[in-house]
Amino acid sequence: MLSLFTVFLSIFLVSCGPQVQNKLQAESITVWHWMSDREGAFLELAKRYEAETGVKVNFELYAPSDAYAQKVRAAAQTNTLPDIFGILGEKRDFASFVKSDYIYDLTEEMNKENSAWRNKLFAKALSVNEFEQGNSFDVKPGIYGVPIDVTNIQMLYNKDLLRSAGVETENPPKTWEDLIEINKKLKTKGIQGIVSGWGERWLIDCIASNYAFNIMGKDKVLDTIRGNVSYTDPDWIKVFDLFREMRDEGMLASGIVTMVNKTAEQLFANNRAAFAFNGSWCVNVYKGMNPDLNYGAMLPPRVSDKYPMAIWGGAGSSFMVNKRSKNVQPAVDFLKWITNAPQQIFLSKETQDLPSNKYSLKDIPMVLSQFAGAMDNTTHPNVWGVSEFPVVIEAFDKGIQSIIIGEKTPEQLAGEVQQVKEREMAKKQ
Amino acid sequence: MNNIRAKTVFQNYLFVLPAVLLFSVFYIYPFYKVFTLSLCQWDGIARFDFAKNFIGMRNFIELFQDKIWWSAMLQAGYITLIALTFQNALALMLALACDRDIKGGNIYRVIFYLPPVLSEVVVGLVWRWIYDGNYGLLNHWLYQAGLSNLVTDWLSNPKTALTCVAIIHCWKGFGWGFIIFLAGLQTIPRQLYEAAKVDGASSWQLFKNITIPLMIPVFILVSILTVLGTMQVFVLILSMTGGGPGYHTEVPVTRILESMVGSSRFGYACSQGILFGAVLLAVSFIQIKLSKYMKQA
Repeated sequence: MLSLFTVFLSIFLVSCGPQVQNKLQAESITVWHWMSDREGAFLELAKRYEAETGVKVNFELYAPSDAYAQKVRAAAQTNTLPDIFGILGEKRDFASFVKSDYIYDLTEEMNKENSAWRNKLFAKALSVNEFEQGNSFDVKPGIYGVPIDVTNIQMLYNKDLLRSAGVETENPPKTWEDLIEINKKLKTKGIQGIVSGWGERWLIDCIASNYAFNIMGKDKVLDTIRGNVSYTDPDWIKVFDLFREMRDEGMLASGIVTMVNKTAEQLFANNRAAFAFNGSWCVNVYKGMNPDLNYGAMLPPRVSDKYPMAIWGGAGSSFMVNKRSKNVQPAVDFLKWITNAPQQIFLSKETQDLPSNKYSLKDIPMVLSQFAGAMDNTTHPNVWGVSEFPVVIEAFDKGIQSIIIGEKTPEQLAGEVQQVKEREMAKKQ
Repeated sequence: MNNIRAKTVFQNYLFVLPAVLLFSVFYIYPFYKVFTLSLCQWDGIARFDFAKNFIGMRNFIELFQDKIWWSAMLQAGYITLIALTFQNALALMLALACDRDIKGGNIYRVIFYLPPVLSEVVVGLVWRWIYDGNYGLLNHWLYQAGLSNLVTDWLSNPKTALTCVAIIHCWKGFGWGFIIFLAGLQTIPRQLYEAAKVDGASSWQLFKNITIPLMIPVFILVSILTVLGTMQVFVLILSMTGGGPGYHTEVPVTRILESMVGSSRFGYACSQGILFGAVLLAVSFIQIKLSKYMKQA
């Protein structure tokens, strides 16, 4: 009798097992992230979420970002991705994750209740996580990620240094000529011009594509990526020539080509350079380095009036839901909650980042509101729908470093980049 | 009798089995996987499917035509050359000095062995600060010494960047050579020196006719370790220059990282790893052959 009871009990427990397990798992979700500066704020939000819903959120920090990116790839291969994670990389990497069925399509959730969730987020930030119809990555159209903050990359100017050089700081330079004139004044006072972490190639890529958009317009830039326009086109040479001009005018900080952005941030925060090229995250960084720094944000001075100046921006950090997770719905619910106004205001206050919820822009610092004001000018390679070959990007960025150190001319670089481009296109055919 | 022999053989294999298993799991299988990947085009994200991703020897063909890769190999070779000469000469001199009965010899040994135990990232960051073109100590000292004409952006200047990195690599690495040389010197019987001194041998003759011949195996060991260690230099480069300016401080490992992380080309990165490993193997093999020849000579 006892043994019969044991058998029945075993069958009962085994049959109940998955449900019990599911219920347990639904009570806790795991988030992997790389944002060490936000760890404290995330933990506080996790506590609040557990208090509100009873669902425990385990934020697991893996830094630095390079190590995090590798961990996510390795976890994908071993099918051990957490419920929520972020993808660091280019759009093609994101596409590969989606095509391999690692990421849950959030379009339906975004469109529920008259697109309530979608409408409260900055469209530009959302588009970074979106694949449109007919995208070149061959990904099913949809929204695959949720921005938790937004960012853009602009120029910063040090008001005190400009004033000491006799520049009216209420009117920072708007055109390239203005910038050159101001730089001449700065040089007479022994003040360095532009500082930025151009040892990190992506920042060079960023400023070069800003000016490419300004000089030749978006369509021509994208046509170049598609292979319909050559990098030897006069407009591209004009873009490369800006770096030659910056070098010849002594506009760039010493050692800029091997400088990491952290060093550049220290130099600007310590009043060692009049201009910086940096992202909106710098507000928090500068606050930590020098709370008295007197500075403002501005669009990079335009070279041409033909096309608007575009800056890189959109989603700062985004989270994706693991499609293979047993906790898809709880994960989605948590992402909806974290992008609600109260949580976004909290995150913004704690981290000085721009919130991804457009109704959370209250009480942000002046400089941050200047960054927010430029969101309409933002663009990003992730929203272009086409992407350049990585080796072409490398040749492009490293080549600009070579112009800055006086090793190559703009024409030489244009020829070399086009050669790499043609080689890659030939391989693809 | 046969049964006993078979049992002994079986027991022997059984004892070796754990080591074989460990070696297979941690060396042979990963090497096999890397080789398999080197024949494929794979981004490291999508599910790996050998049949779908197989591209034959295309990665290797591209690699042989990759000018940046070969210039990175040459640059690593340049650092290795400096390490083999400057670094090892310094290590040998210091080992010779410490081999004598000098006051505070142990303190010197500790001091000389300090750089190798420091974190490479920390060393790289500290030296980047010293070399800094804006506010670096080196430029400050040059100004103070009235040598302002020598002031430059040490790590951003293509003419100086690689040599600056090589010097720091040597500073960081000479302690290993020092310890091995010192251990080698201490194995030479003192009687040989005493007997030669009685015969009127000068210091140079002692060094040339006793120290050098008896130290040849140690020189070979140190040179092999130097080549293998220096060709794989990576952390210092990453923390000091990131491979820049341009491609001027790129070395093979930074190129492998760029292929893998920067371009998501895992297959190509694996082919770079295989070729690099083969080159190091060949260099080590030549060194061993040379050492045998020198010993016989």
